[in-house]
Amino acid sequence: MSDVKPQDFSYFPGCSLATTAAESNRSLMQAARILGLNLIELEDWNCCGSSSAQTMCRNLSLGMAARNLSLAPAGRPLVAMCPRCLHYLRSAQQCLQADPKTRAALEEKWGRPISTDLEIIHFMEVLVRYGLDRLKANARRSLKGLRFVPYYGCTLARPPRLAKETYFQGEMEHILTALGAEAVPDALMYRCCGSFLSATDPEIVTPLVQEIIGSAVAAKADCLVTACAMCQLNLEIRNTNRAKIPIFHFSEILALALGADDYEEWFVRHLVDPRPVIQKLSKAA
Amino acid sequence: MSQVQPLVQEIVIPDRVKADNPRQSLAAEVAERSGTELNRCYQCRSCGNGCPFVQAMDYTPNQVIRLVQFGLRQEVLTCKTIWVCVGCHTCSSQCPMGIDLAAVMDTLRLMAVEAGVVIGKPNIIDFHEEVLRSLEKYGRAHKLGIMLGYKRQTGRWLKDLDLGLRMLAKRKLDLIPSRVRDANKEIADLFTCYWRESA
Ligand code: SF4
Ligand code: SF4
Repeated sequence: MSDVKPQDFSYFPGCSLATTAAESNRSLMQAARILGLNLIELEDWNCCGSSSAQTMCRNLSLGMAARNLSLAPAGRPLVAMCPRCLHYLRSAQQCLQADPKTRAALEEKWGRPISTDLEIIHFMEVLVRYGLDRLKANARRSLKGLRFVPYYGCTLARPPRLAKETYFQGEMEHILTALGAEAVPDALMYRCCGSFLSATDPEIVTPLVQEIIGSAVAAKADCLVTACAMCQLNLEIRNTNRAKIPIFHFSEILALALGADDYEEWFVRHLVDPRPVIQKLSKAA
Repeated sequence: MSQVQPLVQEIVIPDRVKADNPRQSLAAEVAERSGTELNRCYQCRSCGNGCPFVQAMDYTPNQVIRLVQFGLRQEVLTCKTIWVCVGCHTCSSQCPMGIDLAAVMDTLRLMAVEAGVVIGKPNIIDFHEEVLRSLEKYGRAHKLGIMLGYKRQTGRWLKDLDLGLRMLAKRKLDLIPSRVRDANKEIADLFTCYWRESA
């Protein structure tokens, strides 16, 4: 196995993982380290632009995402974990492919080339390429007995403008069931978490989040697993149901299965305490 | 030389009946900018029925398409719907005619900002501007700063105070912003396009 060299990737954390969702980032790094994947943080990255830049000015939103592309060395794929960041980085790349004039103007402004054939992929794609068998071979804790709802939210499920790109429906189930967990698909897996409305108009979002959580509880799931840090936050803070179930970021569950041992430190940052679910797991093991 | 007055006053023909009217129809403009062919819409209402946030909207997404087709520029640019829309693409992926409604909403928001019309849901544009202020300053989103600035602006700080404190206690809203080294130069430069003129 030693002939498999650790693979290098450029890594774009994005604002959520760098700050409010630091626990997702830590667990992702742990998981990558255990698997021998080398995630190299993009030097001096900036926000992908998010929906705010997209809303207010097209040039701004393109420029913010494009600057990150200009920082990525050619020759290794750029990996993002946040579905929205991935979406904006890919959209910007498409724009620049179709608009060489803007691309040239930005390259001149920054004095750096922007490679338009840079591969931009989600971390789940990295795992798929790594191979489920190899992943399984690295597992140290069984997820047996963990009933999870794979919560994709909206953005990993095919924005039409990027229809030619790879999407990830089903990947979360493949990966986590390979590690022993049991997927509970009969819940609202693709219902949007409310995005920025959770900050601006919580009264709109609360009932919707309650429906999502309610559907998971009704399906007798132990938890929801999401690939997006904003989804994770919104589902936690806007759930006023009496029934509360923990919401994990995908990377936390992955790192847990791979044997990372600092999980207590990530879990205290959750608003809904996930420890009872984890204890149930370790008892079952 | 004095001007010769015409005996009969020239009849002013309104622009819109001229054959070479240079102004595009609203539908053509939105179709072009959004890159989606919205005239294929046959009002099946899948989009309106599927949108999770339709209850907070004043027009359903399919009604927005109709307003655009009818050329009701003022109504559509000042409506709430385009601001409530978070771009979740639920509608776009359900539309049987392959219309990317989220792209239409994106386009209409930009047009509303450019036209300087009264914004249908002002607290949402306030929030986006607060995010942009943070991005301009740090190059990254500093959530605590955004929340404080936003709540101050709209006077709704108290409403979420409890939650804000709980999040702080869990260190979800970090106190010290993470920032880009070259934020001053490269990032601030990007803001010249929209920000300076309108804010
Ligand atoms: S789903 Fe498509 S065709 Fe149906 S009403 Fe909406 S835009 Fe029109
Ligand atoms: S993209 Fe906008 S209009 Fe469409 S379903 Fe989502 S929130 Fe509703």
